[in-house]
Amino acid sequence: MDVEILARIQFALTIMFHYIYPPLSIGLGLVMVFIEGAYIKTGNPLYKSAAQFWTKIFALTFAIGVATGIVMEFEFGTNWATYSRYVGDVFGSALAAEGVFAFFLESGFLALLLFGWNRISPKLHFFSTLMVCLGAHFSAIWIVVANSWMQTPAGYHIVGEGMTARAEITDFWAMVFNPSSMDRLAHTVIGAWLAGAFLVISVSAYYLLKRKFIDFAKISMKVGLGLATVAVLLQTVSGHSSAKGVAVNQPAKLAALEGIYHTEKGAPLSLFGIPNTAEERVDYQIAIPKLLSYLAFDNPDAEIKGLNEFPKKDWPNVYFTFYSYHLMLAMWGAMFLCCLLSIVYWWRGKLTTTPWLLRLLAFSVLFPQIGNQMGWFCAETGRYPWLVYGHLRISEGLSKAVAAEHVLGSIILFGVVYTFLFILFIYLLNEKIQHGPENFDTANLYHQLSTPFKTPSKDAHGKPAQP
Amino acid sequence: MENLPSLNLIWFIIFVILITGYAILDGFDLGVGIVHLFSKKDDERRIMLNSIGPVWDGNEVWLVTAGGALFAGFPDAYATLCSAFYIPVMILLTGIIFRAVAIEFRSKQPQAWWRWTWDVLFSVASFIITFGLGIVLGNLVRGIPLNDEKEFIGDFLSLLNPYAILVSFLTVSLVAMHGAIYVLMKTEGELHDKIRSWINPLIINYIILYATCTMATLIYQPHMVEAFRERPFFFIIGVLNMLAIANIPREIHKNRDHRAFASSCANIIFLMILYGIGSFPQMVRAINNPEYSLTIYNAASSDLTLKILLIIAFIGIPLVLSYTFMIYWIFNGKVRIDQNSY
Repeated sequence: MDVEILARIQFALTIMFHYIYPPLSIGLGLVMVFIEGAYIKTGNPLYKSAAQFWTKIFALTFAIGVATGIVMEFEFGTNWATYSRYVGDVFGSALAAEGVFAFFLESGFLALLLFGWNRISPKLHFFSTLMVCLGAHFSAIWIVVANSWMQTPAGYHIVGEGMTARAEITDFWAMVFNPSSMDRLAHTVIGAWLAGAFLVISVSAYYLLKRKFIDFAKISMKVGLGLATVAVLLQTVSGHSSAKGVAVNQPAKLAALEGIYHTEKGAPLSLFGIPNTAEERVDYQIAIPKLLSYLAFDNPDAEIKGLNEFPKKDWPNVYFTFYSYHLMLAMWGAMFLCCLLSIVYWWRGKLTTTPWLLRLLAFSVLFPQIGNQMGWFCAETGRYPWLVYGHLRISEGLSKAVAAEHVLGSIILFGVVYTFLFILFIYLLNEKIQHGPENFDTANLYHQLSTPFKTPSKDAHGKPAQP
Repeated sequence: MENLPSLNLIWFIIFVILITGYAILDGFDLGVGIVHLFSKKDDERRIMLNSIGPVWDGNEVWLVTAGGALFAGFPDAYATLCSAFYIPVMILLTGIIFRAVAIEFRSKQPQAWWRWTWDVLFSVASFIITFGLGIVLGNLVRGIPLNDEKEFIGDFLSLLNPYAILVSFLTVSLVAMHGAIYVLMKTEGELHDKIRSWINPLIINYIILYATCTMATLIYQPHMVEAFRERPFFFIIGVLNMLAIANIPREIHKNRDHRAFASSCANIIFLMILYGIGSFPQMVRAINNPEYSLTIYNAASSDLTLKILLIIAFIGIPLVLSYTFMIYWIFNGKVRIDQNSY
């Protein structure tokens, strides 16, 4: 295989694996803020234990998120050196800003969050939680800005020609607020909230099914479901707005997402279909007439550009983009349904006693994960064949000094390491879930209430310290 | 204008500061990893691990930020370095992953084999990361073959030359000493005495390698000395460095662990300054043809980007330093194991 395919496989592999964790950190960060905020307000130690439990889950995802994120940063240089030279002037500052503004904030205050329970006041601890949550969000901002610039470049000019051509920044804020930044940022962050919220819902539903840690599960379910419902509704607005942006800025991508081979007026929205690029049509299509035109341009008869308007060498892979996009939409539907059912059953006081629904909710953690992965996937494959839209082709961005066997070697290396890492992650997540939150045994409740801010400290040998 | 430091120079200095921050901070926690297996007792290992518990993650962020700064400020240097050191970087990254995981996972199960496995991984990964960084550093001093398009034209095996390997051993010995002094500062009682007995051999080991490496540099890498020959007052930094090194055993002997650690930090700072002066203005030296070298001028971003980065640094670095100090302040003192520890 040639270097291009291998380098793309490697990037896809490492980023899809990485992208399991940061969205969980962002979503869980918000959940931790809500729960610890409730603890600060009420002083109820149950909230403290709940906050501690989710903090531990957060730490697990954060550790793997950072470790795999460092890989991503250096991969730009190792496999995509020419790309790095081309965009460093513009793209690099967003990456540097992420390090300075997001990572230091997050990892610094995470230390207080994890190890500071007995060293700092509850208020300072809550402040640290807020900062960690903020840091996680900042991280998303800079990364999505950098990626959006690749989708819809702005605020730059091209210097030099041929081999020495590169983008130079002319306007920092135009680069940051490029045409797709805000839509994509909202869409990504809400997707991350969904990932965190559904993990919380899923674990809570599992406890309710097993009749363990009932009080904890109810608290967490309340927060998780609240966040999920708000997020799933917001995602409707954000998704719509993103799609309108794609229609204007990346018409070839829109055409691929919906399998529009020929320009048409009053284009339908596909619910199902099998794109057939050889014959340039979608087989077995089930579609709602005129809806795509209406959604994209607020006009049921608006013209949607088809792929026929673009040279064939500039076509994205319709099959991949179409399916990932529609799978993402289906996941949204599944999450919407979960929220709706849960709220209806909750309203009727039956949520905690309806096993089939709890089983569905326990399973629901996969919906946002698949949705986020597919969303990222269609955004990136839809940009094909461009690395920087309209300027730099993927094939032009590779490292010249790197041979195919090196890339293959690193794919195998990361394949093995990541598989191992994923098994460990699931194993430890399961351990933590089986173990459950500390101090949630109702028998200990009286003792806990009498010392709301202190947990017994232990000395180096694990025995309780002398007062 | 000639006398004003250019944006390029300012950015090069900021980059060196970031790398120095990384070397000092991640240096000691990598060092703790390297000496980790010296103790055979589980609770001692646990204390050593927890001495870096709250801070190792933040220390690693210095590397991420230095990488980001290099990408943004000197994209050509970033691209050339990463692609030239493809295999070392991949090994380094694998080391970083395993190390993070080992620290995170070690305490999660009580079985001896589980802890033993993660302890070995933690230690080996720390060693590999340090050794790999040494290989990169050694080759940066020596130079690598480049073509006129700023691309690396050598192969992996040429990176494993004797000089680079010598620098790697020096790096490992430096970091091991630095880490051991850090744990000394953070422990008390029996473990403290045990670590005290490790320090002297580690210092002697470091001094021997430092002397060997200095001689090797004088003989085989004379270009590193040119700046010192032209401006003899730079020589004072070399003297200060020797004083800092000599001060370490003195402070250890007087039981002033904090001062010993401060001397060790000063040693790292002086080493980085010496490297910076010796290699300036080159970032990546071309060994085959000096004209192909990447300097802080021909590898840099546009002035506007450097200005933007400067603003980011002016806002960001005080923030970063303030909460770094806060965290070290809060976790100041000897390690205590509690229910939140690893």
